[in-house]
Amino acid sequence: MDFKDSDQDAAFRQQVREWLAANALRRRDDEDLRTNESALLEYSKAWQAKKADARYACITWPEAWGGRGGRLIEQAIFDEEEEKLGLDTGVFTIGLGMCVPTVMAFADKATKARLVAPALRGEQIWCQLFSEPSAGSDVAGVRTRAVLADDGSGDWIVDGQKVWTSGAHYSDFGIVLVRTNPDVPKHKGLTMFWVDMKAQGISVVPIRQASDQRDFNEVYFNGVRIPDSQRLGEIDGGWKVALFTLMNERVTVGGAMGAGWRDLLKLAQGLPGLGGTGTAAGDGAFRARLAEGYVMSEGLRLTRLRALTALSRGQTPGPENSIGKVVAARQMQVVAYEALDILDQYGMVNEMGSHSLPGRFQWNFFWGAAMRIAGGTDEILKNIISERVLGMPADIRVDRDVTFKSLSERRASSG
Amino acid sequence: MNFDFSEEQVLLKEHARRLLEAECPSSVTRKVLEAPHLGFDKSLWKHVVELGWTGIAIPEEFGGTGMGHTDLCAIAEELGRVVAPIPFVSTVYLFAEAILQFGSEAQKRELLPRIAHGELIGCLATAEGPGYFSPGKAETRVVKGRMTGTKFPVTDGGTATHAIVAARSESGPGLFVVNLEGEGVSRTTLDALDPTRNLAKIAFEDAPCQPLDGGRNAGDRLAVLLNRAAVVVAFEQVGGAERCLEAALTFSSERYAFGRTINSYQAIKHKLADLYIKKEIARSNAYFGAWALSTNAEDLPRAAAAARIAGTMAYEFAAQESLQTHGGMGFTWEMDCHLHLRRSRQLALCLGALPLWREQLISCLEQADLIESGA
Repeated sequence: MDFKDSDQDAAFRQQVREWLAANALRRRDDEDLRTNESALLEYSKAWQAKKADARYACITWPEAWGGRGGRLIEQAIFDEEEEKLGLDTGVFTIGLGMCVPTVMAFADKATKARLVAPALRGEQIWCQLFSEPSAGSDVAGVRTRAVLADDGSGDWIVDGQKVWTSGAHYSDFGIVLVRTNPDVPKHKGLTMFWVDMKAQGISVVPIRQASDQRDFNEVYFNGVRIPDSQRLGEIDGGWKVALFTLMNERVTVGGAMGAGWRDLLKLAQGLPGLGGTGTAAGDGAFRARLAEGYVMSEGLRLTRLRALTALSRGQTPGPENSIGKVVAARQMQVVAYEALDILDQYGMVNEMGSHSLPGRFQWNFFWGAAMRIAGGTDEILKNIISERVLGMPADIRVDRDVTFKSLSERRASSG
Repeated sequence: MNFDFSEEQVLLKEHARRLLEAECPSSVTRKVLEAPHLGFDKSLWKHVVELGWTGIAIPEEFGGTGMGHTDLCAIAEELGRVVAPIPFVSTVYLFAEAILQFGSEAQKRELLPRIAHGELIGCLATAEGPGYFSPGKAETRVVKGRMTGTKFPVTDGGTATHAIVAARSESGPGLFVVNLEGEGVSRTTLDALDPTRNLAKIAFEDAPCQPLDGGRNAGDRLAVLLNRAAVVVAFEQVGGAERCLEAALTFSSERYAFGRTINSYQAIKHKLADLYIKKEIARSNAYFGAWALSTNAEDLPRAAAAARIAGTMAYEFAAQESLQTHGGMGFTWEMDCHLHLRRSRQLALCLGALPLWREQLISCLEQADLIESGA
């Protein structure tokens, strides 16, 4: 066992380091990037264009689409080196990680020629319009309707509401999952389209979150006309397309989310101990929890190294990768509560805006709660682990063999 | 990046698994459980010796196969799966390792080949009754090469031929080798929570002993030894946890309640998903330990503590929740759940309990923190 790159990987890493040293624009933790969205977008787009010019933007994509036809381990190495310098802002993660690969797999040639290159260069940003007020974990339950226009144009008219859409307010395009046939079971009546976010009838309303921030949006569709040429995949074949999108989440190689156990130890070392002696880091109960939390977070980091090992051997990472978010999100929350506990009454003060150490734990306090839900709740992820990794049976589905319409009627009559 | 077993080690593991499935079904473990005076299963021990496993980390010049510690970890995982009723931890991870690390050339020549050939069974004696043991307060004394004192409990102390004993001499705390079959040694077998591992009280009265005084100071030597063993034991714990998970998956797929197999209920699915998560966290920490062990990394104290904490948490959770998943049947003598419940507790305690290791881990983090901040 070792942590060394293979000769080929080491050469690539060296090349990446040299390129980053010569070309890096600025570090992500600059104050204005955190607080000023237009500065964030300006920086992100400029950095993405630089990466695209050097073919580092989407390393595993074919050269014909602006990638370099590279190996997955090369993308992972680039991500690692980029992360060390704090250069990536995540603005393009959903678009280039999920939406555009879906377009590449399901759109016609002309569409791809028009949309892929600008997305890769960061000139256009994409968002993913799947979740709805009545379709969260149960995403196949979407109600946003698309019906053929009655003018014989073949266009579709879309009405409904999407929700929790990250970045919708600054996105140029999106992919949207809609219901085209309510008279069949729910998975069988869905269709996927790509959509211009500036199209008439789309309105984006930021959501005021529990943390009093605004990162997610509601997106309303009011008689939005979408040409049939924007359809991705078959009519009523959208579930297959949606699964493709969701499977395309790339292997994450970053560290834990938010402030971690090392930060917690640092905080404790600067705070008074119980009974007025020593520091808060000296308390046995605190140390026990710190040890167990550290082992969970460190175990997660090491699990990612196992995935990288598989990638560098040209293998598919094992199922252990599925534990990532469910552990990381919970740890964020646990760390936050420990930190606010040792701050004692001062833990009630909100310093989230000031980027102080306590402020970072307050950020965890809210985002730990959010991250246990976003991108698949703890409960859904445990279903996935038990069903796909451990081979346990799927939940009993009472909605599988009934039409979507009768499901809605059933709910209306019982409610 | 090469953070996993190599292809050869995977083959070694598969071979070991097939062999142990044939040679160590739970009926073999139960034989010792039912008749603790046996101490261990002699025929399984003989097999393990013939395969060269007792000498896997012993260099060829001392009669071993010289394969190394990562290979030892691979074997450990498989032994852990089957709750092997043999003194492997005591002899191989502790006694052989102590001689390898701190023995003189003469001690190595005398003792290591006998371990590789299965003639010598070793153990480590530290505790002197209830409570945390610290080498500086040991009451067992060595005066002019003779040891006097009482050690209990000692894992495999009743069946071992030799012991490494933590005692104090004229020059302070240290480790000593004692021939348990020689003069001045008397032993009593103790009842054990896990009778598949022998437990004894050993009284020394002017027993001849030899110091193990290679390199480091005494407190460090015991710590180094425990760190090295903790990593290998973590692999036994991962193996045991994985076996508990498999048993729970099988049982829950066959047991019906309210007209469905119980593995279709989320209460069971999520419990076993949690178990899987803890097991994978333990495996990753154990791999880091194996890396630190096989490369003699400076990070070994931190890596070993993390591997031990994660391994213990995973195996104990797995043993508890696998038994729980089996319902009333899980609490019967007939089912194997209690073999794991017992062994997971035994492994959790045999190298010192979790509070000691948590404290070690946090101390390491504090020191690392000082270095990082340049203080």
